[in-house]
Amino acid sequence: MAAKSTSLFNGAITRRAVVESFKKLDPRIQFRNPVMFVVYIGSILTSGLFIQALFAHGEAAPGFILAISLWLWFTVLFANFAEAMAEGRGKAQADTLRKARRDTPARKLAEAHRDARVQSVSATTLRKGDIILAQAGDLIAADGEVIEGIASVDESAITGESAPVIRESGGDRSSVTGGTRVLSDWLMIRVACNPGETFLDRMIAMVEGAKRQKTPNEIALNILLAKLTIIFLLATVTLLPFSIYAVNAAGRGVPVPVTVLVALLVCLIPTTIGGLLSAIGIAGMDRMIQKNVIATSGRAVEAAGNVDVLLLDKTGTITLGNRQAVNFIPAKGVTVEQLADAAQLSSFADETPEGRSIVVLAKDRYKLRGRELSSMHAQFIPFTAQTRMSGVDCDGRKIRKGAADAIAAYVAELGGVYPDSVKAAVDEISRRGGTPLAVADGPSVLGVIELKDIVKGGIKERFAELRRMGIKTVMITGDNPLTAAAIAAEAGVDDFLAQATPETKLKLIREYQQGGRLVAMTGDGTNDAPALAQADVAVAMNSGTQAAKEAGNMVDLDSNPTKLIEVIETGKQLLMTRGSLTTFSIANDVSKYFAIIPAIFVGIYPAMGRLNIMHLATPKSAIMSAVIFNALIIIVLIPLALRGVKYRPMPAGKLLLQNVLLYGVGGLIVPFIGIKLIDMALVAMHLA
Amino acid sequence: MTPNAWIQILAFLVVLVALVKPLGAFMARVYEGQPCGLDKPLGFLERLTYRVAGIQPDQPMNWKTYAIAVLMFNLLGGLVVYALQRLQGFLPLNPEHLGAVSPDLAWNTAISFISNTNWQSYSGETTLSYLTQMLGLTVQNFVSAATGMAVLVALIRGIRGRQTDHIGNFWVDLVRSTLYILLPLSFVLALILVSQGVVQTLSPYKQVSLIQPVSYVQSTTNAAGKTMHQTVWVKHQVLPLGPAASQIAIKQLGTNGGGFFGVNSAHPFENPNPLSNFLEVLAILLIPAALCYTFGRMVGDTRQGWAILAAMLIIFVPLMIGCVWAEHSGNPKIAALGVNQQSSALMSGGNMEGKETRFGVTDSAIWAAVTTAASNGSVNSMHDSFTPLGGLVPMWLMELGEVIFGGVGSGLYGMLMFVIVAVFIAGLMVGRTPEYLGKKIEAFEMKMATICVLVPPALVLVTTAIACVTVMGTSAIANPGAHGFSEILYWASSTGNNNGSAFAGLSTNTPFYNIAGGILMWVSRYFLIVPTLALAGAFARKKQVPVSSGTLPTHDALFTGWLVATVVLIGALTFLPALALGPVVEYLHLWH
Amino acid sequence: MWSQCRPAVVVFVVLSAITGLAYPLLVTGIAAVAFPWQANGSIIKNSAGQAIGSRLIGQYFSEPGYFWPRPSATAPVPYCSYNGPLADCATASNSGPSNPALFAHVKRRVELLRAADPAEKGPVPVDLVTSSASGLDPDISPAAAFYQVNRVAKARGLPVAEVKNLVKQYCQGRDLGILGAPRVNVLSLNLALDRLSSAQAATGSKPR
Repeated sequence: MAAKSTSLFNGAITRRAVVESFKKLDPRIQFRNPVMFVVYIGSILTSGLFIQALFAHGEAAPGFILAISLWLWFTVLFANFAEAMAEGRGKAQADTLRKARRDTPARKLAEAHRDARVQSVSATTLRKGDIILAQAGDLIAADGEVIEGIASVDESAITGESAPVIRESGGDRSSVTGGTRVLSDWLMIRVACNPGETFLDRMIAMVEGAKRQKTPNEIALNILLAKLTIIFLLATVTLLPFSIYAVNAAGRGVPVPVTVLVALLVCLIPTTIGGLLSAIGIAGMDRMIQKNVIATSGRAVEAAGNVDVLLLDKTGTITLGNRQAVNFIPAKGVTVEQLADAAQLSSFADETPEGRSIVVLAKDRYKLRGRELSSMHAQFIPFTAQTRMSGVDCDGRKIRKGAADAIAAYVAELGGVYPDSVKAAVDEISRRGGTPLAVADGPSVLGVIELKDIVKGGIKERFAELRRMGIKTVMITGDNPLTAAAIAAEAGVDDFLAQATPETKLKLIREYQQGGRLVAMTGDGTNDAPALAQADVAVAMNSGTQAAKEAGNMVDLDSNPTKLIEVIETGKQLLMTRGSLTTFSIANDVSKYFAIIPAIFVGIYPAMGRLNIMHLATPKSAIMSAVIFNALIIIVLIPLALRGVKYRPMPAGKLLLQNVLLYGVGGLIVPFIGIKLIDMALVAMHLA
Repeated sequence: MTPNAWIQILAFLVVLVALVKPLGAFMARVYEGQPCGLDKPLGFLERLTYRVAGIQPDQPMNWKTYAIAVLMFNLLGGLVVYALQRLQGFLPLNPEHLGAVSPDLAWNTAISFISNTNWQSYSGETTLSYLTQMLGLTVQNFVSAATGMAVLVALIRGIRGRQTDHIGNFWVDLVRSTLYILLPLSFVLALILVSQGVVQTLSPYKQVSLIQPVSYVQSTTNAAGKTMHQTVWVKHQVLPLGPAASQIAIKQLGTNGGGFFGVNSAHPFENPNPLSNFLEVLAILLIPAALCYTFGRMVGDTRQGWAILAAMLIIFVPLMIGCVWAEHSGNPKIAALGVNQQSSALMSGGNMEGKETRFGVTDSAIWAAVTTAASNGSVNSMHDSFTPLGGLVPMWLMELGEVIFGGVGSGLYGMLMFVIVAVFIAGLMVGRTPEYLGKKIEAFEMKMATICVLVPPALVLVTTAIACVTVMGTSAIANPGAHGFSEILYWASSTGNNNGSAFAGLSTNTPFYNIAGGILMWVSRYFLIVPTLALAGAFARKKQVPVSSGTLPTHDALFTGWLVATVVLIGALTFLPALALGPVVEYLHLWH
Repeated sequence: MWSQCRPAVVVFVVLSAITGLAYPLLVTGIAAVAFPWQANGSIIKNSAGQAIGSRLIGQYFSEPGYFWPRPSATAPVPYCSYNGPLADCATASNSGPSNPALFAHVKRRVELLRAADPAEKGPVPVDLVTSSASGLDPDISPAAAFYQVNRVAKARGLPVAEVKNLVKQYCQGRDLGILGAPRVNVLSLNLALDRLSSAQAATGSKPR
């Protein structure tokens, strides 16, 4: 995101949130949150009792009722404020995004041809399947797939990354996003979606929280909170008849006033978590966006917290970029120059980094120059996932390079022999963790090119972290098993899938899911799309193809495959924050009982004064202190709700212990101190 | 507390825990349909039942069919118990010629016994014929217990099921529970009890001559409206008899608690000496404790069962010790009257009001804690006369939802609902969608679990509130002041959690208490069974999530502690205000 | 739903027959053979073969020459275990711990005991002034028995040591050494007391 708000309480957002908190007093909005709705009703009820006390004989002193009533309204407003703060931060980001969604003119082509008739139309009229042309300086009018051309594109409006990126037809860099700008050259683009459904639109809706639906865990938690609220409602409502009995039995005192019952109820029901619940959810999405990950739903973020298995593409994720050719090893009876020549010849048209590195290695080491290919009637055979080979047919030669077993099958088909010396070289390279690429000319195998992977620095530590979280990492690679094993060992992944094809990837994911595991994967290519669609949490790279982005449920704008780890952390934080605040909220009730129960019954049974273990000044100050504490704690915890509970990878048991001590035991103790301090303050201010 | 009190507590716990594994493993075999040793002598009865009833024992049910079978069977049982009470005057085995029971009492008693509550608004020896006791109550003592066990087993099958609709066959679970578990244990216990002096006969009540005749003054009003005083000499004592031992054995083993006689296990013919007392109190917790192991065995991880048992013990033991301590402390106002309450080698001492000499305060307090931890409700002393804190213990144990051991089966499935709530919050705190034994806890599971956790306290609070401000409620109170409130609260807690014990000063044989109590017992039994079975069905349909280091362990000390905290906190937060107005304030008045 | 009807009815009938008839009748039969005395109420008979009480059920004694049992809340008389249908008999006081009626009752009982034996000044053992749970408690604590020795001996004209010895003889310890509480069966003790008195009268060793 271009404009990340780093400070939690940004002035403009806070001001807007204050206004919003009052707007949210609308009963229709309040009704959505059962816990806070009870507080809301309580506020209205006590306000009514205050008015009654003013003009008629009230159940308690009007000043006391007013004070309680005001603090109940504050409780509602503080909860509203928390939600408004979370939303406000999202809105600020949405506004930045909206600037990119200007109504741009588009050059619509009548047909998919560079010289076709151009018609200038508004971007909003573009439909899926239309072909448009974007030239240097143009804003790209819509999301789409490049079908022709290559250009550098400035995507900073979306990703916040100022360096331009290359977009070209075919391959994995063919998708473009509406609102980005072409800097050089031109692109012919097939529009991929209708207006209003563009990536930018979805992103804005997401950050604004407009489309935010409650996640499954949130729903379950809401059920628990609602049930707790009902229990406390009953526990307090029945206190009225109980106290009537007590008054009769003791022959003194008065039944508990309704105002006090409402105060007790509000203190007991889980307002802390109830008031912060939606803020936590919104803030979670917001944190994802700050990490430059756009999730299509909150459900996906939450699911990320549950991931058991993480599938990672080797290339670009575990290893640095691409493999480099480092050596030519000829077969017996073949000179190294012959091999280098054939390898170079087969790679001229191979635009992959590996292919280029072969050309370069041959040139540097054996002074082989580029040749005029057109004179050789060369026909290039592109790489496919099925053949796992590429090559060239020219001058009657059929040069192929590819995975060792693919070449072996190829020569066998042509009646050739796969020599043992090559086999030995292949094994040796694999053992070293390199990638062997066999080269054949017709039925004879010329030798092997050694490609080498370089494992990214620091990746091993990341995987160890994942292991501590209980997540299994699986490396996916097209390499043969030997190579894969060597790299897997070097990178420290738990498992690997070698010689992966789209089918085997999909099968692997299904197997894990069948076993009850939740699978996450990252991908960028079109051939990743089926696997992404199958995975429970699928992060598509923004640099990837449109198909991959459609199939995933998150898009990483930075196109950084290890981002998944942060996504998982955010998902976990989201749940942990909810759980911890729920615990805190319920643990708080113990001290509130000790403040309020003696206070309301001491008039009937003076012996109850012995339960006033906090030595609160008067019954009224005790009740006030509990109510004020209950309201203020919401404000105090807003930063925690927005930032999330800290997550450090460790086994679940340890994590639970830490949070139970912090939020459970802490939740028991803190309010005793807080309520006592507020009581002392009230006394000091002569309000008690 | 005396050294002997500690020794007795320890002895009880050691024997109980030692029996958990053998009995638990045996019950697991029974429910898994494996040979258990008793299928040889009793198997023909099982097979005969299935044949006559047209039951295919290997055909499992989905949760709805299971629930319908449970409800239908219980409804039938209720109708029969009601009919027997109303018609006993015309039926055989009625040597004392007892007449029909009143409709409201018969309704209350029928619900009470089918729901495994065994609340008694009557005294057996003055109200029920031998036939009603045997064919009505003894039968329900067995089958209501077996129903609870069947529902538990269904839930266990749901938890370990993998994407299936089936949770077992109710008829099979019911018949096997009765034939192989309850019947043999009861048979053995009944005979031991008879050997100790518990009566077991079909003879009529026995009349004996008193050594010292007793007189009393009888006041009658003659036709002219004049009150006449007349001294009556009593030279005989009538000893009520009956087939008691056979019923008492299952009353304890099945956590039923309904006494053959009115004063329940305090009656010397029900519980003649400390040894019979020990066996009976042991029998109360035996099956609920052992079922924890059965659970662990059946879900394939016995540590899970031990963890739940540990959680139960962690809550139970301190409360039991607290109760024993409170009763040993005696009553300061009685000490002030020149009474010696000091325990010694020559007497139990302590608060002896409402307690039997042979049991003393220790065995009485242990029993009080045990009978209310389990949803048994039988008493060997009068809880109404306990010290305030001593009485708070049994009251609160019931209010915890009868999940600390609880009823046979029902206690553990109730506890599993708390486990689900505990797992849910703990699961969130470790950042994963909560799961228990590989089953994800989602909105539906939460809904069912919270219904089970919510219903009993809601019933208790609301009915207490109604009773304590209406004349029909307060007129039954026997003791003045805060203690009167405790009596009502105890009644509601007992019936609303299917326990059945009482602060017996409250005169509950009135239409209001009989009808309201019946409703409470009915709702708290069946409105928990149905959601439990629904939960079993939902669990069964789910995938099993494999364990990883990110999975929250539910068998370790930390989780056990967390479960304890959840149960105690919910129980405390719900009932603290009410308890403050009852036993707590009475304690403050008595001691300060 | 209706498919479950037949199993419900049949299983109910079969289980009722097994648990409600066969089981109690079998236990009754075995008990009648193996434990006939216990199964029929542990009845004590006098030398004439007349049933004079149960070993397990207390009887009321108020004469100073007998050991008194604990107070009993049964109605219409103490230790009434059955008084005909529809009138609860065996019962407890169910007095709460702060009930003034309880304190009044205890006070009266203390006064009664003191009046019967003004020489005894010590505190009264608690079980002697509090009602039992069943109202039929057959026992008192040894302490309560010893408390009454002087009064009984005086009323009967027996030597205190002899009565004390008798009490010691009838003291029961805890079952298995740990279970329950120490106790004395009042009916047995009083019967033994009567035997002792008549033996003394017969030998005439001591004037009454």
